[in-house]
Amino acid sequence: MSSSTTESRLVRRLLIGIALAFLSFNLLLPLFAVFSEALREGWQGYQAAIIEPDALAAIRLTLLAAAIAVPFNIVFGVCAAWAIARFEFPGKSLLITLIDLPFSVSPVIAGLIYVLLFGAHGWFGPWLDEHDIQIVFAVPGIVLATIFVTFPFVARELIPLMQEQGNDEEEAALSLGASGWQTFWRVTLPNIRWGLLYGVLLCNARAMGEFGAVSVVSGHIRGLTNTMPLHVEILYNEYNFIAAFAVASLLALLALVTLVAKSLLEWRFGRKAVAGH
Amino acid sequence: MTILARRRSIIPGFGITLGYTLLVLGLVVLIPLSAVFLKSAGMGWEAFADVAFSRRAWAAYRLSFGASLLAASINLVFGLTTAWVLVRYEFAGKRVVSALVDLPFALPTAVAGIALTALYAGNGLIGQYLEPWGVQVAFTPLGVVVALVFIGLPFVVRTVEPVLQDLGADVEEAAASLGASRWQTFGKVIFPAILPALLTGFALAFARAVGEYGSVIFIAGNMPLESEIAPLLIVIQLEQYNYEGATAIAVVMLVASFALLFAINLLQAWSRRRMA
Repeated sequence: MSSSTTESRLVRRLLIGIALAFLSFNLLLPLFAVFSEALREGWQGYQAAIIEPDALAAIRLTLLAAAIAVPFNIVFGVCAAWAIARFEFPGKSLLITLIDLPFSVSPVIAGLIYVLLFGAHGWFGPWLDEHDIQIVFAVPGIVLATIFVTFPFVARELIPLMQEQGNDEEEAALSLGASGWQTFWRVTLPNIRWGLLYGVLLCNARAMGEFGAVSVVSGHIRGLTNTMPLHVEILYNEYNFIAAFAVASLLALLALVTLVAKSLLEWRFGRKAVAGH
Repeated sequence: MTILARRRSIIPGFGITLGYTLLVLGLVVLIPLSAVFLKSAGMGWEAFADVAFSRRAWAAYRLSFGASLLAASINLVFGLTTAWVLVRYEFAGKRVVSALVDLPFALPTAVAGIALTALYAGNGLIGQYLEPWGVQVAFTPLGVVVALVFIGLPFVVRTVEPVLQDLGADVEEAAASLGASRWQTFGKVIFPAILPALLTGFALAFARAVGEYGSVIFIAGNMPLESEIAPLLIVIQLEQYNYEGATAIAVVMLVASFALLFAINLLQAWSRRRMA
């Protein structure tokens, strides 16, 4: 780059300095704080907080909610991307906006809507009560709220990716006699697998880390309806800081693993190839 | 041409995939969301306004929108700087820095909330240096801004980055060869080109911040009329089993969110036209 289209060395260094200082303060320090607070009283206190029964129950529930919500949103995302990227129909851009809608809704409202539907005083409350089904303040509510907040992740990665790839390869496979399923499994899926993995990573991170929406529908019953983020809150509000940060550090580790995996995908295949939007 | 336009795709599965998409979208998102509006429609204007526009609710909206605006503005400045540095310069550890920018997307909000509180409390790593100057961050509205800056940064960086990347060197060279200083080139050539993306990033960060809950409630102090955000007010109404009150505030927030979403769509359309 010639000197006329870049900045002087001093300005360059200054801007890099400002950006790095801001990122250190804003991102690195909070991350560091989680681990240093968790290990404040050594390894033993850390370990004790994590193998305690309520913490283990919270870990199990978090894994369960993600294990239902993520596959659900994979199936939805692939279906939506197939319909939107492979066919022309009116109202398509409205449909894309509606799929993205959960990202514009406050997590608290995401929880509220299910309370209004399935809570004791909700629309279906009396009917559910009669049939002895509990959704709100129980595991199904947590799963529903998790599905809602992670709803757009897979679809929004796949739609632009599949639109860019076009229909040629699928049409070739079909005209050579492959069935629809064969075409999907042998042509489409191998083409979109890294973008799909990228979407799944982000979806999973949010599913395991969701707080606001899950908090509203959970009822906070220790050992029963507490996910990891909710368990962190309870411990924190009880001034049990070591334990709160210990459980939080597990979630921070998940975030770091997610970031590393996501970056590897971006470096290997290029950001545009995996991050469709 | 009409033959081409009418040609039916040989790709199967349109009906079933679109049908499933609409069914799930309706059941999971649209019907539950409409429940909020239907519930509020049944409560009458008087009762609605009583909660939705009470003094306490106004204070909460003011804080939520004010702090979000401030945080998005801070992210506008530092997000642009970060994107600029990542696209234009080479330095050691650049890839790690780039990966780290997405941390707020990956780190659960509750974890961010307690970590920021630990840092900015009076005895915290950062708070201990601010306290002697009389600056209190944790448990004040300032704390809300700190949390919202944390969660909003990647929106600005990730929206501006690709536009900066695609900006051809030729226009800058042309400006320079016509005698423009570097500042003039930035102000008159680069800035107008990235402005739509910059505003989109700003709006995305703002929209996210308005609804944010997890990272804020730990650091906010949550004093009514003072440091209580609007989403928290919904939770408080729910805890008192006041479903109508919670719904009324939710409707105000949803209308604001949808207006923002509309603005963001307009900005993105503008941005795409600029790019094309």
